[in-house]
Amino acid sequence: MKLSLNFVKDYVDIDTDVKTLAEDMTRVGNEYDLSEKLIPATKLVIGKVLECKDHPDSDHLHVCKVDIGTEILNIVCGAPNVKSGIKVIVALVGAELPGDLKIKKSTIRGEESNGMICALYEIGLDKKFLSEEDKNGIHILPENAPVGKDPIEYMKLDDSVIDFELTANRGDLLSILGMAYEIGAIYDKKVKPIDLSHGEEGEDLNKSFEVKVNTENCKLFLARKALNVTIKESPDFIKNRLIASGIRPINNVVDISNYVMLECGQPLHFYDADRLGNCIETRMAKKGEKLTTLDEIERNLEESDIVISDGKRAIGLAGVMGGLDTEIEETTKNVLIESAIFDSVKVRKTSKKIVRSEASNRFEKGIDPNRTYMAMERAVKLLEEYADAKIQTGIVIYDKTDKTEKEIDITVKDINDLLGTNISKQDVLEVFRKLDFSYSEKNDVITVVVPTRRPDISIKEDLIEEVGRIYGVDNIVGKLPVVPMKIGSVNKIDREIRNKMISLGLNETLSYILINDKEVHKFTRDSFEELRLLDPMTEDRNTLRYSMIPSLYKIYQYNKSHYIKDVSIFEIGKGFWKKGEEYGEDKKLCVLMSGEYYLGINNKKDVDFYIIKGISEEILNYLGYENRYSFVLPKEKIEEFHPGQVAEINVNGEVVGVIGRIHPEIEKEPVYVLEINLDRLLSKKVSKMKFREISMYPSIKKDISILIDKKITADEISKVIKKSGGNLLVKQEIFDIYENKILGDKKSIAYSLTFGSNSKTLTDEEVNPIVEKIIQNLEKTFNAELRK
Amino acid sequence: MKEKIAEIQKIAKEKIAEIQNLQEAQELKVKLLGKKSELSNLLKGLGTLSPEERPKIGSLVNEVRKEIEEKLNEKEEFLKGKVLAQKLEKEKLDITLPGTKIKRGSKHPINRVIEDIQDLFVSMGYDVVDGPELETDEFCFERLNLAKGHPARDMQDSFYITNEYLLRTQTSSVQARTMIANKDKSPIRMICTGKTYRREDDATHSHQFNQVEGLVIDRKELNVSLADLKGTLEVFVRKMIGANSELRFRPSYFPFTEPSYEVDVTCFKCGGKGCALCKKTGWIELLGAGMVHPNVLKMNGYDPDKYAGFAFGTGIDRLAMFRYGITDMRYLYTNDVRFLSQFDRKDEE
Repeated sequence: MKLSLNFVKDYVDIDTDVKTLAEDMTRVGNEYDLSEKLIPATKLVIGKVLECKDHPDSDHLHVCKVDIGTEILNIVCGAPNVKSGIKVIVALVGAELPGDLKIKKSTIRGEESNGMICALYEIGLDKKFLSEEDKNGIHILPENAPVGKDPIEYMKLDDSVIDFELTANRGDLLSILGMAYEIGAIYDKKVKPIDLSHGEEGEDLNKSFEVKVNTENCKLFLARKALNVTIKESPDFIKNRLIASGIRPINNVVDISNYVMLECGQPLHFYDADRLGNCIETRMAKKGEKLTTLDEIERNLEESDIVISDGKRAIGLAGVMGGLDTEIEETTKNVLIESAIFDSVKVRKTSKKIVRSEASNRFEKGIDPNRTYMAMERAVKLLEEYADAKIQTGIVIYDKTDKTEKEIDITVKDINDLLGTNISKQDVLEVFRKLDFSYSEKNDVITVVVPTRRPDISIKEDLIEEVGRIYGVDNIVGKLPVVPMKIGSVNKIDREIRNKMISLGLNETLSYILINDKEVHKFTRDSFEELRLLDPMTEDRNTLRYSMIPSLYKIYQYNKSHYIKDVSIFEIGKGFWKKGEEYGEDKKLCVLMSGEYYLGINNKKDVDFYIIKGISEEILNYLGYENRYSFVLPKEKIEEFHPGQVAEINVNGEVVGVIGRIHPEIEKEPVYVLEINLDRLLSKKVSKMKFREISMYPSIKKDISILIDKKITADEISKVIKKSGGNLLVKQEIFDIYENKILGDKKSIAYSLTFGSNSKTLTDEEVNPIVEKIIQNLEKTFNAELRK
Repeated sequence: MKEKIAEIQKIAKEKIAEIQNLQEAQELKVKLLGKKSELSNLLKGLGTLSPEERPKIGSLVNEVRKEIEEKLNEKEEFLKGKVLAQKLEKEKLDITLPGTKIKRGSKHPINRVIEDIQDLFVSMGYDVVDGPELETDEFCFERLNLAKGHPARDMQDSFYITNEYLLRTQTSSVQARTMIANKDKSPIRMICTGKTYRREDDATHSHQFNQVEGLVIDRKELNVSLADLKGTLEVFVRKMIGANSELRFRPSYFPFTEPSYEVDVTCFKCGGKGCALCKKTGWIELLGAGMVHPNVLKMNGYDPDKYAGFAFGTGIDRLAMFRYGITDMRYLYTNDVRFLSQFDRKDEE
């Protein structure tokens, strides 16, 4: 809402400057975007062009002699419409124009120029408000304009504007009157009455004109007729106030409808009465109904649109836009005035399809029915005064509104309890008085009568907010709640995992959860229904991810395209799913690694399957799942992984994650990923961390190296060793694997076996037979042979 | 005899002086003090001397022997020191060469801020609560006093999956969940941090962003008031932004609180003098806050005549940008490794 200071001063006496007013309004909850003079240009003066010659060295410039009262200036001007004898706006040397333009003494192609002859858009008026001539050239002032005087004052453009960003509940402030009450409350000023006086003549309109309402979505509809209007230009004060409010002046009649809307907050619609007939109807649109709106576009109406009809066909979209056929034109003689209230939700829906306008915005926020009547009377008053209209007797009324004023009981204690203050009853009553709310007192209870212009106030807490606002929030001193001592709680598992991954040298990312639907079933063999957005912003992000791998792979691709090849990243985030009627989300840990990775100290290595597996084992062990997991081939193929470098992580028989290399067909660089479903993993209880007695006896290490079929997995070998080794075998580690042509389809694999006991020092005599047994069993089970 | 001893002493001194290394010292020791040395021979021959001379010569020989021994030891120590010094000299390193690289990971700036916020509120007795990101219309809007048809819950502004399910537009959805879960109506002091989603994407808005939401509910007589909300937010802002930050409560409107406020803080760029960031006002709008609306209390099982509460919320992304001087919001979500790896150390205290 753009507030013209001149306009609001009609209704409330203030002498505050625009900046202070804007700040004071902000403190009571009305934020502003901009506050400035309507014409921000400085050092302007009215001048008369005495002489205008073509510039000797240019095809479009003119050299002018301009009388500004005190002296005659030489000014070079490029406007096509400059000529001698006209009165113009001159920006003197030192003037500042919008767009950081400073006028300086200069020489233009050899001709001295001591100022600038201005167009209206150059001094700060938006081109959309200007006539064709003013859009294309300098502004020509009337012949009687006083040379040497201030042109802004002369044109009555000496106004200031505050552009407010109002909150959704304060529809009442979308009017000059509403603003006047608000400003009046701040500065303790009474709002002045609005002039609604006008004459009436002829037969009562009710005898010849009918208002029909055939929908619940119109609660109030008023009609009046203004006869014999003269269509002409509006007086300056109307035009300028419309411009200051951001509305383009058109002609006196149309301007009055907008002017009254600004004053009262009630949008009006004017119809050419002679093209309307003797009936006006409000109803919902019919299926397939069409209407050409005044922007000359044919609209297909829907059953949710409220339309105005002449009894036969639609002539306007209620509250949004009128129809072309009944529009006010130069030739219009008689005007039918509509002042009505339409349902806010319906208007919003329709206006979103067509256009958000000043009118629809006000209907959306809700309208005070008393203003509907007021606006009607104000409109005919202005038509009588500025369009020479005769007002026909009578007003046709359809009214189903409730105009009872709400009464709210409140105590000073209620207020002080909620605000944490100690405001006196005197001060509380002062606030209500400043707001122009009437009240009565009985014992401790104050009964406040809320005027219909403030529909946002309906409960006690709303009144408390008013007291807080007008009393001043700045006067409330902060304190900390006095509450029983208590230790707060936070689940630190995310942090533990995050810190562990960081200590492994990985960079934490934060990715988008929205991905393309084509990606959503990738990197998983889980079955679920994808969750698609009803109304995505882009097709790239139209579905919620299930696996996080597509998100991290995207990050990899971004970095790769920026020549960053060493990528080791992780993220803890969510994956979403639907199964049957159930919707859900799981917390997941995802890791992606490619390029070089530091393995501990000064040991760079290209990431391979075993590094990502090592990372997986590290996090599983850290979380307490050591010895409870295994890496197994997926039961069904997962297309996006390298078929020979993929494994599912099983914990206690349940798949909790997957690791593998992205299929080389998808990504030719070796990229390895890991994903663990943390919700699934962490639901498995972990045993308490407990001290294990340290053996006092030394352990014995034995190394064996065997030749064995390539196809036998380390896991299979390990199981045999473990079983054969018995209790005394405390650890087995692979320290070498070797394959070559000579070995053929065999591989050499070497184990370091550690034997120990908590009760004695072991001897070779005890250990050697165990080693023998291990070797024998390996030979027997796998046809392995011992390498000597 | 005495001359002989003096001679031995003299020669020994000369020889000791000539020693070049530890081996020579060893050899000389054997030669001068060993069983076959001249001094040993002299001692062996003491028997040939008269009983008067015997003790005198004996003690003289021992004196000389002791002296030589000391001199030799001294020399040996000296040589050992020299050898050590040579060895250390050889082992001398260029200490300006770089140290061994150990890979350090990094924590995303948003999670850094989230962890700090959590720690701050936990220290004030708040519980950190988690809630679903895929939320129902009921919890995201209805139970927060945003009836159907309310402009703030427009389809255009939210990512709906069905008419019922959507990505939460605000962490406020956790308010209702917490109240309902708290069956015994014990006091609530909670915050929730996490991802939120809105249908907008431009230079200053990401469709995915992060919020923190706080809720305090207690019995009315305990005075859970606007003043308490003010005090709480003063602590929060001064910890997260700076000890000198001032707060300005601006009355505003949210459906779930009444009264509602927008909270401005002293512009963190210019310190309140006025700059481009704060549009020359000196203030930055940071939080939304207010007293829990009686309808919200009622809808979630609390009698508004007996209970009162306050709630607040703010965006985390901007706090992170401010803390680290990140110039463009998009950096937070592009995940360029050159960006991520900058956040690889402990935050200063």
